[in-house]
Amino acid sequence: MLMKFRLASRNLFHDRLRFVATIVGIVFSIVLVTVQMGLYVGFGRMVTTMIDHTPADLWVVPLGTKCFEDPSLLDDRQRFRALAVDGVAEAAALVIGFAQWRLPGGGTTPVFIVGSELRGLGLRPWDLVAGRIDDLSIPGAVAIDQSYFERLGTDGMGASAEIRDQKVQVTAVTKGIRSFTTTPFAFTGLDRARSYTGISPDKASYFLVRASPGADVDSVRQRLQANLSDVEVLTTTEFRNRSRSFWLFGTGAGAALFAGALLGVIVGTVIVAQTLYSSTKDHLDEFATLRAIGSSGAYIYKVIIWQALLSAVIGFCGAAAIGAIVVKATAESALPIIMTPALTLGLFLLTVAMCVASAVAAIMQVMRIDPALVFTR
Amino acid sequence: MTETVLDVVDVVKRLGRGAGEVEALKGVSLSLGGGELLLLMGPSGSGKTTLLSVMGCLMTPTRGVVRVHGRSIAGADPEDLAKLRRDHIGFIFQSYHLFPTLTAEENVRLALDVRGQRSRRAKIAARESLAMVGLSHKTKAFPIELSGGEQQRVAIARAIVGNASAILADEPTGALDTQNGQAIMTVLAQIAKDQSRGVLVVTHDPRILSFADRIVHIEDGRIVREEPGERGKEQRVRMS
Repeated sequence: MLMKFRLASRNLFHDRLRFVATIVGIVFSIVLVTVQMGLYVGFGRMVTTMIDHTPADLWVVPLGTKCFEDPSLLDDRQRFRALAVDGVAEAAALVIGFAQWRLPGGGTTPVFIVGSELRGLGLRPWDLVAGRIDDLSIPGAVAIDQSYFERLGTDGMGASAEIRDQKVQVTAVTKGIRSFTTTPFAFTGLDRARSYTGISPDKASYFLVRASPGADVDSVRQRLQANLSDVEVLTTTEFRNRSRSFWLFGTGAGAALFAGALLGVIVGTVIVAQTLYSSTKDHLDEFATLRAIGSSGAYIYKVIIWQALLSAVIGFCGAAAIGAIVVKATAESALPIIMTPALTLGLFLLTVAMCVASAVAAIMQVMRIDPALVFTR
Repeated sequence: MTETVLDVVDVVKRLGRGAGEVEALKGVSLSLGGGELLLLMGPSGSGKTTLLSVMGCLMTPTRGVVRVHGRSIAGADPEDLAKLRRDHIGFIFQSYHLFPTLTAEENVRLALDVRGQRSRRAKIAARESLAMVGLSHKTKAFPIELSGGEQQRVAIARAIVGNASAILADEPTGALDTQNGQAIMTVLAQIAKDQSRGVLVVTHDPRILSFADRIVHIEDGRIVREEPGERGKEQRVRMS
């Protein structure tokens, strides 16, 4: 084992109370950053879940649309124009909008209607745990998520309710399709969706476009944009990014999450810096001795950096364990905290960077050390 | 005596600043030869430790010349001085200054590690050094498990393991009883038999005078007297 590492580890573990305090500080800091960044990733995914599950090559959206939930509408005649464009294999309408779900016991609760063709290109419910997509073709049929049963006052499959004074029946149930707005999604056919949301039959929220096999999607997009008026033609990736950007940064939610993460980093850095500084101060005689017996400045800095890295690795392991518990605990919640391999790696690198940056104060103190100190102590 | 390993010529050292400035050394000249055990004696505040620090390249003089193996250290920066120390000088301190979290062997190996010697041979050299000071049975002991005399012997092993040509000791027997003090001085005298090594001991301790080749007295920053020690006299008698 490297002597520098040995000296660093023994210095670190020698004062157990201070070591525990350091690790607790790092763990708290990184857990805070993990939660904030996990929420950021979770929120970022949640706001685009509908777009992510739509198998379209292109989206035709009303001009100025900021996100998937935008209430602007398109004229259905544009869809026929789109179908006439070279390279377009399919163009399907999609209707979304809020409606009131009348509870069996009285009162109403809002639902977010998603209406689509039940065959061909469309946005249909996924992860069904009961019923089939075809069951949505029954008049008044809707699919809801099992996590909203209580909220919607239903017992699940077969339960009846009313939307906009029209009887609906739950004929399919999904698992895990949750909305970040906490408003339940209700999937249904296109015509029913128009009826529930009060959108006229010649209007739609979006047109989903599938390009012909072999057609260049970008060329199709340019032709669509040239042939349609008052619309924007976006790729799925562009619409996803625009929607995510609106919810994360247009609303300030992302900034708040980043601010929380930044706070975590600052708190962690200060705690580690303070601990390393006081540890270095306590071992000043030893560092002066090292200097006296001829060690280079770099040798001593490496001992301190090793201490910081050791703290980082141990602290990160603790934080990762707690983070994993938090991720599991929130997996079924309205806003799950999501950890990805890239985020985990990023958090590890952040922990290391935080701890190494914290060593700067200690290193600066050692830089001023007078090796002749050994004769006076 | 062979080659001069350390020498200072007309060294002046001022410490502190402004009204608190004091001249700790006032034109001191002194040399340490290979194979010599030199005692530097003087009352508290006489400048002994400052002279030791200057000769040990721990501090640079305000004025005057310091030479290590005949080469002046003028213009050396702190890293250059550190290199000079690790290449040529070994230190022994009154309070040992061992690393409490490292074993005796690790404490000695540390002196090699700072020199970049990290091979298995470094481990062997550390054990050999400990054996030289009679501690081959305590290699795995931590400083807290050693007596004061044993800790000082570990410090000596650390000072000699890198083959330093100058061993500078600050009150090495100051914290020890007579028996342990004599044992430590015996080890240092043994080291000073090597013609390539000189040992400079700063001390107040009259019990160790018999080990000296030469005794230099310093007072108020000036060398006031120099006399041959018992060992030096014996050597001269043997030579005559």
